[in-house]
Amino acid sequence: MKKLEYPFVEKAVRQLKAGDVVSISGRIYTGRDRLHGHVARGGSLPVDFRDGALYHCGPVVVCDGAGYAVRAAGPTTSVRENPYEPDFIAKSGVRIIIGKGGMDGRTLAAMKRFGCVYVQAVGGAGALYARSVRKVAGVSMLEEFGAAEAVWHFDVEDFRGVVAMDASGVSLFDGVASESRRIFNHLITQLPNHLTT
Amino acid sequence: MTTLEDRIVGLVKETSSSIPEDVAAALRSALRRERKGSSAAAVLRTILDNCEAARRGGVPLCQDTGSLLFVVDSRLRRKVTPALLSRAVARATALGYLRKNTIDAVTGASLDDNVAPGAPVVRYADCGEGSPARERGVTLLMKGGGSENMSRQYSLPDESLGAGRDLDGVRKCVLDAVVRAQGFGCAPGILGVCVGGDRATGFEVAKEQLLRPLGDSAATAPLRALEKLVLRQANSLGIGPMGLGGKTTLLGVNIASRTRVPASFFVTVAYMCWACRRRTLLIEP
Repeated sequence: MKKLEYPFVEKAVRQLKAGDVVSISGRIYTGRDRLHGHVARGGSLPVDFRDGALYHCGPVVVCDGAGYAVRAAGPTTSVRENPYEPDFIAKSGVRIIIGKGGMDGRTLAAMKRFGCVYVQAVGGAGALYARSVRKVAGVSMLEEFGAAEAVWHFDVEDFRGVVAMDASGVSLFDGVASESRRIFNHLITQLPNHLTT
Repeated sequence: MTTLEDRIVGLVKETSSSIPEDVAAALRSALRRERKGSSAAAVLRTILDNCEAARRGGVPLCQDTGSLLFVVDSRLRRKVTPALLSRAVARATALGYLRKNTIDAVTGASLDDNVAPGAPVVRYADCGEGSPARERGVTLLMKGGGSENMSRQYSLPDESLGAGRDLDGVRKCVLDAVVRAQGFGCAPGILGVCVGGDRATGFEVAKEQLLRPLGDSAATAPLRALEKLVLRQANSLGIGPMGLGGKTTLLGVNIASRTRVPASFFVTVAYMCWACRRRTLLIEP
């Protein structure tokens, strides 16, 4: 397990390899469809993402008088942001993108160029990730984007994930997809001597 | 006094916040199988920790609390009505056991209480072997959207797969569904499969197979053999938890068959994520 702490400096991020298990602590910001659309249309960045982490997440956050409390904060599917992410990386200087399902080749190329990695969080693990949020330090664009799409400022401790796309251009998803397809092709061309109908 | 409605609200909470014991056991044994320090092991560890956190906190284990299917023993038809179940779902939503997860497909508006015509889905069935109502009472299945998007239906013969109208053709379709899903349905997944039927009953019966516990065997020997073979071959694909590679791509495969008309041969695959939330509340008729 590699421990990463905010700020996530370029040198440390570039040393991460696809397959590394990481534990992230410190500030991370959520942002999904509305944030990417806003920035792509020329809107300003609501927070300073430099050497920071962007989490594709629409959390369930409740306001209980004392402040905000996070009930569930699992990752959302990242592919929707493919069209915007290369420019976002270039513009924002973000070092870590957290989500699920991985992103495309253009994003992978931008990660290599600017020094950024993609960390796969575990889909469905909303309760656990909510617990890793120690404090909601603030929120941006709440009125404009709504609670699920707002940019939440989370201070996290031991937020766990796996580096699935690294800054050298390696994507675990690509490797797994091509290898599984190779095995699949072998399995479906085998003679059906193992089943009787 | 605890009313029947209160007990249904409790069923929703339990189903949403705790993973069934057979699924937890399968996840634990998967973790033992994966290489120490691998991403597969890390993902499985996270999943198990998440299940524990959700159970202890009584909170949804996944924020996608899914679409709700209630299967009710038909002897309870007059006691456990769709109206009663809807009231319980609305209360469970207000209490935060369910996310506001129901969208008007035309206007895009989000409903406040997860109740609408056809939501939740309620089905009555005679209790017994091979029936979706396996036990006397009310069973709830919660299935998230990411996994539902990975469900598929095939029509045999399928030339692109070289799949003919026999069980080997069925095997090829099911493996195709697994390789297409990769990790996107939140693997390791569980498959419910229907061989035969028409298009509508195919999806219905395939989904009902997800109510069977893992390791439950199909009714006939050929389907039992197919369940074992598909599970073994799917786990040899190397897709692994969340598609990051590993030995555990599926936790289980449950297959059933229905008759078909001569002109049709459908194979329907219901893909369930690891967060297979199902639970039965026993109620005496």
